Amino acid sequence: MTESAKKKVGIEVSLAVAEAVKQCDADVISAYPITPQTHIVEHLSELVANGELDAEFIPVESEHSAMSVCAGSSAAGARTFTATASQGLALMAEIVYCVSALRLPIVMVVANRSLNSPLSIWNDHGDVMMVRDSGWVQIFVENGQEAYDHIFWCFRVGEDRKVMHPVMLNMDGFIVTHVVEPIEFWSQEMVKKFLPPFQPLHRLHPDKPVTMGAFGPPEIFTECKVAQEHALVSCMPVIEKAWDELYEVCGRKYSAVEKYRADDAKTLLVTMGCLGETARVAIDELREAGEEVGLVSLRLWRPFPFSQFKAAVKNAENLIVIDRAVVFGGVGGPVALELKAALYSEAKRPRITNFIAGLASRDVQPEDFKQMFARAKKKLADGRDDEFEIYGVRG
Amino acid sequence: MRRIEHYAPLLFDKEEYFTQGHRACQGCAEALAVRLSAKALGRNTIVAMATGCMEIVSSPLPTTAWKVPWIHVAFENAAAVASGVESGLKALMRKGKLPQKKINVVGCAGDGGTADIGLQALSGAMERGHNMVYICYDNEAYMNTGIQRSSSTPFGASTTTSPAGKVRLGQETWKKNMPEIIAAHGVPYVATACSSYTVDLVEKVKRAAATKGPAYVHILSVCPTGWRIPPNLAIKYGRLAVESGIFPLYEVKNGKYFLTFDFQELVPVKNYFKGQGRFRHLTEEAVARIQKKVSEDYEKLKAKCVNIKK
Amino acid sequence: MTKPADQWKWQELEPGFVITNPGNASEYKTGDWKSEHPVWDEKLCIRCGLCYGFCPDMAVRQKASGYFEGDYNYCKGCGICAHECPTGAISMKEGRE
Repeated sequence: MTESAKKKVGIEVSLAVAEAVKQCDADVISAYPITPQTHIVEHLSELVANGELDAEFIPVESEHSAMSVCAGSSAAGARTFTATASQGLALMAEIVYCVSALRLPIVMVVANRSLNSPLSIWNDHGDVMMVRDSGWVQIFVENGQEAYDHIFWCFRVGEDRKVMHPVMLNMDGFIVTHVVEPIEFWSQEMVKKFLPPFQPLHRLHPDKPVTMGAFGPPEIFTECKVAQEHALVSCMPVIEKAWDELYEVCGRKYSAVEKYRADDAKTLLVTMGCLGETARVAIDELREAGEEVGLVSLRLWRPFPFSQFKAAVKNAENLIVIDRAVVFGGVGGPVALELKAALYSEAKRPRITNFIAGLASRDVQPEDFKQMFARAKKKLADGRDDEFEIYGVRG
Repeated sequence: MRRIEHYAPLLFDKEEYFTQGHRACQGCAEALAVRLSAKALGRNTIVAMATGCMEIVSSPLPTTAWKVPWIHVAFENAAAVASGVESGLKALMRKGKLPQKKINVVGCAGDGGTADIGLQALSGAMERGHNMVYICYDNEAYMNTGIQRSSSTPFGASTTTSPAGKVRLGQETWKKNMPEIIAAHGVPYVATACSSYTVDLVEKVKRAAATKGPAYVHILSVCPTGWRIPPNLAIKYGRLAVESGIFPLYEVKNGKYFLTFDFQELVPVKNYFKGQGRFRHLTEEAVARIQKKVSEDYEKLKAKCVNIKK
Repeated sequence: MTKPADQWKWQELEPGFVITNPGNASEYKTGDWKSEHPVWDEKLCIRCGLCYGFCPDMAVRQKASGYFEGDYNYCKGCGICAHECPTGAISMKEGRE
């Protein structure tokens, strides 16, 4: 089961993530610096420079090339890692879509940050929502321990022969990346037990020539996309098994949908990413005040965990979805849209109120959650729950 | 009687790594250039190709004309994908996850995918010093999308986005000098070649593959469709491009320039333009302007070449 | 024999639509494209091999005798070989073969 003497180290989360990549014995790291991911790639290049990690560190000339180098490296059969944020993710978006269709199991950390304009180096989910439809496996972590643990999980899931998909680990910029936390490190025996070596189904090598990335005429393109969609949704069993195996190895339990005091709650807050931790404080305070409220936080964003989510909210009357990105000209934040669509055909479904909060790291404190809870109550009473609100705006 | 170096049966590897059945136009000298490059590179090669004519004609799902491992990702990143393949193989071999083997890693793109949209990735790859070859197949426009101009389109050429009209007379800028740009990166080997000079092309690609570090080969690839010439004249016009000094053949080895052929007298450029639909609108004044620049540039190049007696 | 594109079921595609049959493009006979074809006159041919070297479609092959012939399954009839032949041994004739 779990190891007895475990090493807990007070370390900046970015550095812990880099250490995890080192422990995975990555072969190629291709990266371009962008706030707030820089500490991850800086530490990785330090580890390579000191001989602690035997890898090719490729300081590319743009994020577009960062993902392109990853494509070539993964296609050659190398365990490949990169990290980016915001504008970098936007710049590489073209290739992000390519590598999932090409089924290359690259692991990428996105240090979530707003998209321009105006320029903002601070945290929200504007960047990752742009590649929501890209076909990657996508997860969100709430704190440093989760980020560290999930690096192993990402390689384990992505490289699995039944998956073979690139995996995106979203961690909130600054709020998760730059804090110092006590992280429980895995021993190398634990890593070895959990993560097998990368054995691609196909690789570029003259011993067995293959063609990757042929062009698809109309007669066959649809079938290619059907195959891709089927492959992504079929990942679920491997995804859940990997979490089970992770629990066996380190004793921490993770699931696609995390619940906190949710089972007997009439109202559920729904978050994704670091807001979940603060929301739990607010939940406790609201509960003290007699409110029947709980939290559901989404860990797995893609493939969307339909059955797990429906099960988590089946007893709730109201959902208050707190988004971290704006869908301009649309009907609400992206997570709210997703949940509404997921629940649309249910005979019994909760009312959904939607707030967008914490854009560019604007602080969301427990008091703010309580405010949103109160405002949601009023909206529901007034029958205005279908209007989404960007929370905390002056003017 | 033509030159003896074309005694093909003895001088080429008989194996074809780029197969029959590709969908290139009749008389495509770019397909010929790819065929010859593939012979030069041999079986132990991995190709990362950009979107373009050659990528499209050689990989219509579910078929491929490639007998060597080949990958296409997007338009502007051939050099970056090749960098990734090279890095991946290097790491895997060093760490004992793959047996040691000399494998040529080659990034290929057209002039658009090299000089325009692909320039950044190429510059990065050359600067980082990857052990790879980059081949630019230059047919002097975005041919695959229907003959639009690129920065490699020569001055005066008519394309669909630099058409010869009543007010504007074709391409108004001079061809971007890609070999010089790459030579300025300080890479160990740069060469220009043309599929009209088959053995020379094969030799240069072989030298590029044998180079430790980045090597760049720029191949003029005559396109009968885009240049508006009959397909059977593709080789003739490539020869004229070289013999007129418009596309001189040379190599830059560790910064030293070597002219491949020196001509006593350059063929007048008007002989090259004659018969090419893309140039038929050129006025005498434009031709004279071009002639002046070509002659001057040729002399400048010769002055740099260490194998030319001054 | 590779099935044509419009007969593939999605389950039959390799993951990532990787093509594992290198060179199967040669199942498509581009010889249909031509309206004229090259013919060699062996009395004039000096077996220099220029035609072999210049063919963009690999449609010229050397016979055991050392002389050359066209592979009409793939020859697109571009006429480069006929134009480049130094002795005029190749002429283009109407028809596919």
